[in-house]
Amino acid sequence: MTPIAMDTGALVRGLYCILPEMVVIGTAILVLLADLLLPEEGKKRLCHLSVAGVAAAILSALWLGPGKIEGFSGMIVHDGMGLFFTLTILAAALLTLMMATGYSEWEGTQKGEFYALILLSTSGMLFMAEGTDLMTVFLGLETLSIPIYCLVGFHRGRMRSLEGAMKYFLLGAFSSGFFLYGIALMYAAAGTTRIPVIASMMRDARLYGNPVFLAGIGLLLVGFAFKVSLVPFHMWTPDAYEGAPTLVTAFMGAAVKAAAFAALLRVVLLTFPAILPAMSGVLWVLAALTMTVGNFSALLQNNMKRMLAYSSIAHAGYILVGLTAGGVAGGQAVLFYVLVYAFMNLGAFGVIMLVAQREDDGYDIDNFAGIGFRYPVLGGLLSLFLVSLAGIPPTAGFVGKFYLFGAAVRSGYVGLAVLGVLNSAVSVYYYLRPVVSMYMAPAPEGIPVPRPPRSAFSFALCASAAAVLLLGVMPASALEFAERSVLSLLM
Amino acid sequence: MTGVPLLDQHLLSVLIGLPLVGAAALLFLPREGHRTIRNVTFLFTLAEFLLSLLVVARFESGTAAMQLVESVPWIPRYGIGYIVGVDGISLWLLMLTTFIMPITILSAYSSVQKHVKEFMVFMLILATAMVGVFVATDLFLFYVFWEMVLIPMYFLIGVWGGERRIYAAIKFFLYTFVGSVLMLVAILALYFHHYAVTGTYTTDLVKLYSLTIPVKMQFWLFAAFFLAFAFKVPMFPFHTWLPDAHTEAPTAGSVILAAVLLKMGTYGFLRFAMALFPVAASDFTPLIVTLAVIGILYGALVAMVQKDVKRLVAYSSVAHLGFVMLGLFALNLQGIEGGILQMINHGVSTGALFLVVGIIYERRHTRLISEFGGLSRVLPVFAFCFMVITLSSIGLPGTNGFVGEFLIMLGAFRTHMWHTAVAATGVIFAAVYMLWMFQRVMYGKVTQEENLRLEDMNGREVAYMLPLLLLVFWIGVYPQPFLRRMDASVAAFVTRFEAQKQAALRGSPAGETMLVRYFDSGK
Repeated sequence: MTPIAMDTGALVRGLYCILPEMVVIGTAILVLLADLLLPEEGKKRLCHLSVAGVAAAILSALWLGPGKIEGFSGMIVHDGMGLFFTLTILAAALLTLMMATGYSEWEGTQKGEFYALILLSTSGMLFMAEGTDLMTVFLGLETLSIPIYCLVGFHRGRMRSLEGAMKYFLLGAFSSGFFLYGIALMYAAAGTTRIPVIASMMRDARLYGNPVFLAGIGLLLVGFAFKVSLVPFHMWTPDAYEGAPTLVTAFMGAAVKAAAFAALLRVVLLTFPAILPAMSGVLWVLAALTMTVGNFSALLQNNMKRMLAYSSIAHAGYILVGLTAGGVAGGQAVLFYVLVYAFMNLGAFGVIMLVAQREDDGYDIDNFAGIGFRYPVLGGLLSLFLVSLAGIPPTAGFVGKFYLFGAAVRSGYVGLAVLGVLNSAVSVYYYLRPVVSMYMAPAPEGIPVPRPPRSAFSFALCASAAAVLLLGVMPASALEFAERSVLSLLM
Repeated sequence: MTGVPLLDQHLLSVLIGLPLVGAAALLFLPREGHRTIRNVTFLFTLAEFLLSLLVVARFESGTAAMQLVESVPWIPRYGIGYIVGVDGISLWLLMLTTFIMPITILSAYSSVQKHVKEFMVFMLILATAMVGVFVATDLFLFYVFWEMVLIPMYFLIGVWGGERRIYAAIKFFLYTFVGSVLMLVAILALYFHHYAVTGTYTTDLVKLYSLTIPVKMQFWLFAAFFLAFAFKVPMFPFHTWLPDAHTEAPTAGSVILAAVLLKMGTYGFLRFAMALFPVAASDFTPLIVTLAVIGILYGALVAMVQKDVKRLVAYSSVAHLGFVMLGLFALNLQGIEGGILQMINHGVSTGALFLVVGIIYERRHTRLISEFGGLSRVLPVFAFCFMVITLSSIGLPGTNGFVGEFLIMLGAFRTHMWHTAVAATGVIFAAVYMLWMFQRVMYGKVTQEENLRLEDMNGREVAYMLPLLLLVFWIGVYPQPFLRRMDASVAAFVTRFEAQKQAALRGSPAGETMLVRYFDSGK
């Protein structure tokens, strides 16, 4: 690598480019410091501080705008796509932290490190989404993963939580190994880790057919596959999702997935056109397997968290359909879907957090019996999120799938699209099971009394619901933003 | 245009939106005030019906073009629009929907006692979705409404239904959903084909009509649309969800299901599957007509042995819808007009039959034929209504059923003589199962003590039955106002169908077999 010249202008520009990341990290440090100073009963201020920090980060990202800003001699770039994912991730983090206002009180996560870990992980995600160098992507990946390992095991006293964290950590460490080894091989073949440079080398076929390079990109793909839990690299997902504190589960589904797909999309869109014939087959099989295994496993679950864990695997499969299709249409569909998925997934988990209180059987689908009519707002919200996850109009989930499968049909992958819609039909069965339980099953004697949500919690739920409906009925501007973002990357 | 221009310009959107406004209004009413909730819902549906009369008033029967069109870009970069309009094909289905809504709401005054507010909200959402299905002339918009229908209906069956309601609700949802997701892929394929040919994205149906689609593509796209609509109609052998859904649904749900939801399938065939893919539609015709005739006979025979009146009516629907399909696939003016008219007739007659069943079920809490007998002496008004509806369902001359079936057979006889001959026996079977059922329920001795104490229909029940009876005779005696408004659109449909078929077949040798036409890769 060329030595980085330390001129002040470049440094300032670099820091300017990572303004949102710096705000998030600064907030994390502030939270840790404040944790030392605040008395026990004032700890809820930590949550407010975190929310304010993330909100400031969103404002700073908007202030940077969609124009392309390169920093640190091209190690990181803030472009349209970076902005789109930054906003998605920060929105997910904001909603998560708003829900934390109530959740931390009930579950005893009212601790400085809880919020600091969420914020640090968020900063890792942002680096990952904006990294244009494989090393930046890797550093982002680690920065996001390590706090998440801790968060999954945050309930130190609970076996499930520890088991999930252990599995996730071991497999995650392996996947990081794959990832890094892949980068090393690619560097050996190409002599650089800059994604755009590698892409341009591939375009004039200097790397095409180099077995070392292909092995490298294969290993890199395995690393990504672990993070977004593609079948057959998904084994950790159900246990980690079930064991983690529910709030962390929601955050993982929404934000970690978005960050990993952001980096994957950058790599795939830039480099794959050159080696598409070889790679599209692999992606096709991965997408088909992931959708099918995810959905059919979800059919068998009785625990809401586990069911949504498998459903998140299935959704990774749907998103991969868009990646397989590639091009502007595919990229745009992926961007839009990642955004939509963040809202519907967080929303669904939010309602579950309010209803399910006992750790052992609180999350059983049967435990939701009778909720629907007794608590109409909660029932209605959960139904809305589940209907959107199933991809039924007029919700955002439908528009998202329409564009994912549309991109597949457009690129000639009609078979994959057919498989995708059939999978959606299968998924309807398990998404409707909680609805059946809430509204149709005979209500038991003691319907669980949901926790009264804090106002920030209610706001987060309503905002998610509004987003799901709004993106379902008026998707035009979000779709155009997604398209412009992809174009900014490809230009 | 004359009248109130602003309302005229947005008439169809108002019809789509009004029930939603009603549903929103209900949310602000206290849930204990059942009376208010029912009345408000009724008023909204009645207003909806009265407004829809304006559509008939503004409708010009001389043209085949879409009328009262409203077109607003929705996702403009991708050519998706909010486009609504009516023509002679959709006009009466729209009217049937708005007409049947206040009737079902009235019937639900007594039959729905729990969760009244939610019930009415779902009914109103359903009304919006159904109206949307019939007036949408943009494929994307149509699909949105098409799927939107499922959710309220699913709740209506699953929450307010009978004993096996959850099973029936899930079966209903999954069957119809599986059918329609493949249609989504077909819509996408059509959308990108239009782009490939013309360079513009559009889901505007009228623009897609002018496209000549290659025959091989027509085969697959028709197959996907066929599956979606065949499940909905339902055609034999895709009908198995229907008896369960009908039997378990609450009365109001059954009425809507029979009167409107099944028509979405037959309407879909006419508006989309046949109109867009004429070559494939022609080639599929022998199969579809055969399935229709099997449906007619099978439905009738199975109806004959039912012990439960509601199940009997459900199977009779399978038979009646077979007739509609036979008419549509006659592919000529009489057949198609008969098919459309029979859709309306079935909506009126079978809707009324379910109401009749609901009336005795509310009094006796059973629907088993063996529990009744001799009711005609106890319930004279009820007996009269039931009789008229039964005769209309059989298709006695002078009632609406006769006109529809006669036109269908007139049309179908010209193209499918033997099929029609067999189907005609279905009319006889219909007389057998309906009259036999009627005899066992209404005549003979009163075998059950408690049947003597039954109360006859009350004012509200007469009030919602009367419009249906009037329509039975009106269409039966003077169908001209209904047919006249279809003429131009159906004639244009037949002409365009032939022209598009010839255009797509240009280059195919005469006498080409289907195997070569669709599967020969060398072509």
